[in-house]
Amino acid sequence: MKNLNRRDFFKTAALGATIATLGASSVKGAEKILSENRIGILVDTDVCVGCRHCEWACRTAHNLPTPDLETYSDNSVFIEYRRPDATALTVVNEFENDNNSLLPIYVKTQCMHCERPACVSACIVGALTKGEDGSVIWDTNKCIGCRYCMVACQFQIPTYDYDRSIDPQIRKCDLCHDRRTSGKLPACVEICPNEALLFGKRSEVLRVAKNRIKRKSDVYIDHIYGEQEIGGTSWMYIAGKNFEKLKLPPLGNSPAPGISESIQHGIFAYFVPPVTLYALLGTMMWLTKRRNKDNDDNENVDVKKDGKGEKS
Amino acid sequence: MIPWPVKYRFFTPGVIILIIIALNGLAFLAVRFFSGLGAVTNLDNNTPWGLWIGVDVAAGVALAAGGFTSAALGHIMHREHYHAIVRPALLTAMLGYTFVAFAVCVDIGRFYYIWHPLIMWNGNSALFEVGICVMIYMTVLYIEFLPIVTERFMGRVDLPEFLSFLNKPIDKVLRYLDSRLKLTMFVFIIAGVVLSTLHQSSLGTLMVIAGQKMHPLWQTPVLPLLFLLSAIAVGFPMIIFESLIASRSFKIKPEMKILSRLGAMVAPIVGIYLAVKIGDIFIRETFKYILIFDATAWMFIAEMSLFIIAFILFLSKKITNSPLGLFSASLLVIAGVMLNRVNNFIVAYKPFFNPSAYFPSFGEISVTLGCIALLVLVYRTVVMIFPVITQERKDLVKKIIEIENSRAGSFK
Repeated sequence: MKNLNRRDFFKTAALGATIATLGASSVKGAEKILSENRIGILVDTDVCVGCRHCEWACRTAHNLPTPDLETYSDNSVFIEYRRPDATALTVVNEFENDNNSLLPIYVKTQCMHCERPACVSACIVGALTKGEDGSVIWDTNKCIGCRYCMVACQFQIPTYDYDRSIDPQIRKCDLCHDRRTSGKLPACVEICPNEALLFGKRSEVLRVAKNRIKRKSDVYIDHIYGEQEIGGTSWMYIAGKNFEKLKLPPLGNSPAPGISESIQHGIFAYFVPPVTLYALLGTMMWLTKRRNKDNDDNENVDVKKDGKGEKS
Repeated sequence: MIPWPVKYRFFTPGVIILIIIALNGLAFLAVRFFSGLGAVTNLDNNTPWGLWIGVDVAAGVALAAGGFTSAALGHIMHREHYHAIVRPALLTAMLGYTFVAFAVCVDIGRFYYIWHPLIMWNGNSALFEVGICVMIYMTVLYIEFLPIVTERFMGRVDLPEFLSFLNKPIDKVLRYLDSRLKLTMFVFIIAGVVLSTLHQSSLGTLMVIAGQKMHPLWQTPVLPLLFLLSAIAVGFPMIIFESLIASRSFKIKPEMKILSRLGAMVAPIVGIYLAVKIGDIFIRETFKYILIFDATAWMFIAEMSLFIIAFILFLSKKITNSPLGLFSASLLVIAGVMLNRVNNFIVAYKPFFNPSAYFPSFGEISVTLGCIALLVLVYRTVVMIFPVITQERKDLVKKIIEIENSRAGSFK
């Protein structure tokens, strides 16, 4: 069912693309600002041992409440599949390894920092922005809390503070914006004891990923999740198991906001369609005024009186 | 036949029930504003939008479409004999949009930042377009309503003693407004229709960005067109529905002549909508999802059946000429459009990770019902103060005499 869904969606997308030619000119914005040196991070699920130190480091770096680091060795959390929420911007989940049941596969989840982010396109006030370095950052001073970014995100990443009535936050990974401005690595990358997270230039990281897959073709499947998905993402994964089974959603390669933005710009296209409609209606109003006046005078005299000045 | 403030008692058993429903909703609203969305709603990180967006906002905007369809018919095409329905439709739209804006305030997390889109723009966002259009359109609706206010109070401003020195200046302002508005009203009327077509369609664009998270039966790039067509389709049925309810509630003779003529126009519009919708299903070959007959498919079947039955009913002259027939057929279109919006925003939303399907909480339902109840109460109040509903002169005079008599009686 899910697969069928996907294929049909691509058909839908193709139909959308035809409609989109109306306003195709205007959608290049996001690519233009991206730097050649933008960030890429590779998650090598074959190296990750599931120590969850990244979870602790992330919470600490973002001033979120956290238990002591020692408690993170407790493996019972893996029983249930977890998602990032208002208290954790990243979580690690465990999956069965078909090749070796003693070595489970661990997959870290966080904002993917899409190359063409749907959340940035969707945000009503532009509170989410795509930086030159590739990071997608949320601005608390603009956000109105409408949660449209959550509707738009294909990875279901942005989370919302449902328990606060004043100043609820949209929370998601910000690639440790504050740490990086002071020259440090993202907290999760820095703490990772096994170097399962490779941080660098996106093009460079991709090259390394391809090399690893080539060198250990018996371990990895030949697919870098995030290289093409949804137009490419900053976080990328390599693994020895079908990504859908690792709960990385099967998404097409066309950028998420593509169809929506095309429709939007098609309807507006430099305000030509609305202005044309306005002129058209105005003309119609002017033309019908005369014609109907004569008809109506005979037909229904009553309604034309406005009853002003009548007093009972 | 003139528009005149309705003369009738305000409190009836129905009104008291409405007040109770409204108060219940307000109680839950208070909790929402004190303790956050989580305290009242069943929303979570997988389902960020629920009943309040699906019904209060999306369906609310659609059901207020009578405002622009009637303006297009009565003012732009100058079908003067429809003027009797323009004012009630305008009032519905005005109050409808006011409540939509209110519902948005309730649903967004940082309600105190509701004005942000005015100065922080994102032209790529469909929601931004909807927001701005709705804000402007609401202003236009209030301007369109102003002549009714001036008509009511020009020459009759009568403030209590200590404010009576203001009577003259206010009257002057009203007269000035009246004379200016007469000259410029056409600008606003056309703007209202343009703004409506824009945001009614953009409301459909909203869910396009959800991509695969939306069930293929609903996710289509022609969503904006479908939303616009269905909004136009529900415009006249909504006017008919309201008009018949108002006549019954206030014991006024229904305007069957006009309503039947309106009803005759519904079938072709619903037909066009159905053609596009069914065409889309066949072009994208999504009909196979109907044949699965799961809960989602049944929701789709229910939605389509409502439209198809209404379409067939509206084709019959016998139906459009009888008040009961018109009423039921209109109700079917309204239910169809409401279900369509609910399906688009709630039922069709099937994210990849979704451990528990969303169902609105008691609090959410209470707030939605409370809003609707409040809307009806405000409508009732306004039509009793302002000349909105068209009535027969002789009936009116009779009623006024009755009221005067009973008043005189109570003084004895």
